[in-house]
Amino acid sequence: MKFGKEIVLLSLFAFAALVAAGAGVNEPFRQHMWVLFFALAGFTAILLRNTEFRPAAPIDPSAYMDGPIRYGAIATMFWGVIGMLVGVVIALQLAYPDLNIQPWFNFGRLRPLHTSGVVFAFGGNALLCTSLYVVQRTCRARLFGGDLGWFVFWGYQLFIVMAATGYLLGITESREYAEPEWYVDIWLTIVWVAYLILFLGTILKRKEPHIYVANWFYLSFIVTIAMLHVVNNLSMPASFLGSKSYSAFSGVQDALTQWWYGHNAVGFFLTAGFLGMMYYFVPKQANRPVYSYRLSIVHFWAIIFLYIWAGPHHLHYTALPDWAQTLGMVFSIMLWMPSWGGMINGLMTLSGAWDKLRTDPIIRMMVMAIAFYGMSTFEGPMMSIKTVNSLSHYTDWTIGHVHSGALGWVGMISFGALYYMVPKLWNRERLYSLRLVTWHFWLATLGIVVYASVMWVSGIMQGLMWREYDEQGFLVYSFAETVAAMHPYYIMRAIGGAMYLSGALIMAWNIAMTILGYRREEDPMPGSVPALQLAR
Amino acid sequence: MRLMNRHAVIEKNATLLLLGSLLVVTIGGIVEIAPLFYLDNTIEKVEGMRPYSPLELVGRNIYVREGCYLCHSQMIRPFRDEVERYGHYSLAAESMYDHPFQWGSKRTGPDLARVGDRYSNLWHVEHLTDPRSVVPESIMPSYGFLKDTPIAVKDFSTHLVANRRVGVPYSDDMVANANADLMAQADPNADTSGLEARYPKARIGDFDGDPQQVTEMDALVSYLQMLGTLVDFKNYDETAGYR
Amino acid sequence: MTYNFMREFADSWGLLAIALFFIGSVAFALRPGSRRQAGEAAQIPLKED
Repeated sequence: MKFGKEIVLLSLFAFAALVAAGAGVNEPFRQHMWVLFFALAGFTAILLRNTEFRPAAPIDPSAYMDGPIRYGAIATMFWGVIGMLVGVVIALQLAYPDLNIQPWFNFGRLRPLHTSGVVFAFGGNALLCTSLYVVQRTCRARLFGGDLGWFVFWGYQLFIVMAATGYLLGITESREYAEPEWYVDIWLTIVWVAYLILFLGTILKRKEPHIYVANWFYLSFIVTIAMLHVVNNLSMPASFLGSKSYSAFSGVQDALTQWWYGHNAVGFFLTAGFLGMMYYFVPKQANRPVYSYRLSIVHFWAIIFLYIWAGPHHLHYTALPDWAQTLGMVFSIMLWMPSWGGMINGLMTLSGAWDKLRTDPIIRMMVMAIAFYGMSTFEGPMMSIKTVNSLSHYTDWTIGHVHSGALGWVGMISFGALYYMVPKLWNRERLYSLRLVTWHFWLATLGIVVYASVMWVSGIMQGLMWREYDEQGFLVYSFAETVAAMHPYYIMRAIGGAMYLSGALIMAWNIAMTILGYRREEDPMPGSVPALQLAR
Repeated sequence: MRLMNRHAVIEKNATLLLLGSLLVVTIGGIVEIAPLFYLDNTIEKVEGMRPYSPLELVGRNIYVREGCYLCHSQMIRPFRDEVERYGHYSLAAESMYDHPFQWGSKRTGPDLARVGDRYSNLWHVEHLTDPRSVVPESIMPSYGFLKDTPIAVKDFSTHLVANRRVGVPYSDDMVANANADLMAQADPNADTSGLEARYPKARIGDFDGDPQQVTEMDALVSYLQMLGTLVDFKNYDETAGYR
Repeated sequence: MTYNFMREFADSWGLLAIALFFIGSVAFALRPGSRRQAGEAAQIPLKED
């Protein structure tokens, strides 16, 4: 019977969730278990409707397994739109506080929904589907472990649903970018180990003698995130039928553990993983090998070696001991070098093909991503210098920096990879429309520019207002006055975010039409066809 | 040249690549984090720190639940403007019983490390219910529902036990009286001599203006009112903080 | 372990070890004879579809 084991297991877990929904010791936990029950029961029902009793058709072991990747591409787009939408909503809440709807849609509960939505749901799915795409094609091997790829995909989606609904219910560990509570963390650990086995297993059965460098980045991302996730989330539940747990660490140790995690979530999730993407999809789209393969190896070791130390720069001038702060600062500044090495490597891949920048909007998107990678990896080390940090910390400058990296680098490189991958996955000759890609490119780029520059102004202004003294030696501004001064910037920031979101909506439309098999009749991009041929 | 070919082995062997990268990333973490647990001067010696009372801990959990840390820091840096605005810079010892820490990373609102005793209970309740009625410029969401939500915990002693397991020195006496202490701290008519002995400096009385029931508002305000008030800085030796 | 010990170690042997590791990994990557291998590996993504 098709799905036989799956149906039995899922219905058992659904039943367990139902029991927990009845026996839970606190209300949010009971509600959360109801969510879990309906998710699992719904999934069981779908499998039951699709089950068959005929023997399954034999699988061609030499063909690539692209099913989970197709689903992953759709999930990336779906969660991307949701996560960015929540981002625009909370940006507006800061400008117009009446938009808060207590208790479930207050800023404090929506903000983790936004961050996890874009980082883990959008970025995570992008990494998941591109890594499985890349590893099969650069190893020339089908995914390892039969249906393991499906387990990883659906297991990860369940993690996202449980994390997201938990935030709205107020279930959080308050560890930034690692908010889900202990039971959701345990589930993610299981899924992540399965992901590691899936990825490593595929590498081990490869037919290519070399392991292509993109896989190194993906592999280090998977392994390091596993380690960071487990250590950072060590905690003691108050009850195994309740949602509340207490961190294994306290105070200063807890802070450093959390930011060791937090910064490496940036370093290994948002950087190493997406560099893997860059090292495959940029050469593919440009149809030429990476500029210097040996530089990419240096890039790899330098990045993973340096990043892991940089966490303490989130805790400058706090009660963290000075030696740890200095260590974090030094390594953060050193990080600038390999980051720019990688940027040059990515950009120079186009050397000899710069004309593509004019004719291929997907290449343009990737190049803009690499440019933003370079920009934010310059800004980051600068902000980790203690004197700069004394001004920038606690202000919107940090938020602006994060977004130039997240929207510019992570978002754009993922968009580029998806635009490349989707026609291939569904056997379409090309995208529905290249013109729409151009629209997306400009909306996204302008959105980021608006967002980042507004946050520079508001952040620096905020920092300066807090420390402004008059001639008599009194503080000039009350805190409330500095809040009021932010209002126009918060509106402009929301506009920048909305532009970026509308670009993503255009992309979702473009991708959906491509998948459905439509092709928009449009003139070729100017310059992409030789002039003689056009004139006929 | 044999040494030089070693990297080629790594390039072709996935398990070695895996172990190599794991080793490299582990070193950083261990060298940086581990000393914090062993160096004596990571946390300076101060007088006055004690575990949170049950009501304060419930309030703290509400603070965490509502994501207050996303807009309010609890970490005053040693700068003139911050010390004048918020009070003495924060000591590592002041968050030694915080599982998890609540230092925060953003000040959309002001720092709260020493907000205790700065405003009246009534002000806090008004401010949490309708922030713009007391601070017109505020962009804080409303938390009026806390006043209508009675504290519903079956057995809060399990929370003290969980904290004890991760190192907070809750005594057997504290655990045994957890549920009674939780209710007594917000009840103006209760006998609180035991509570005061167990948790010195605990604020006692009705916090939310409704003595009939103990609500989440009582708990949150009791937590806010004790923030930063435990250490007596008259007896604090500044050189103890050198590290 | 004291603060001073940490400090001295970080400034001397620690620094040396880190620098050596880094130079080592760069030397490995740029070692003579790696160019051909690297060139082969760089072609991997362009071979199939």
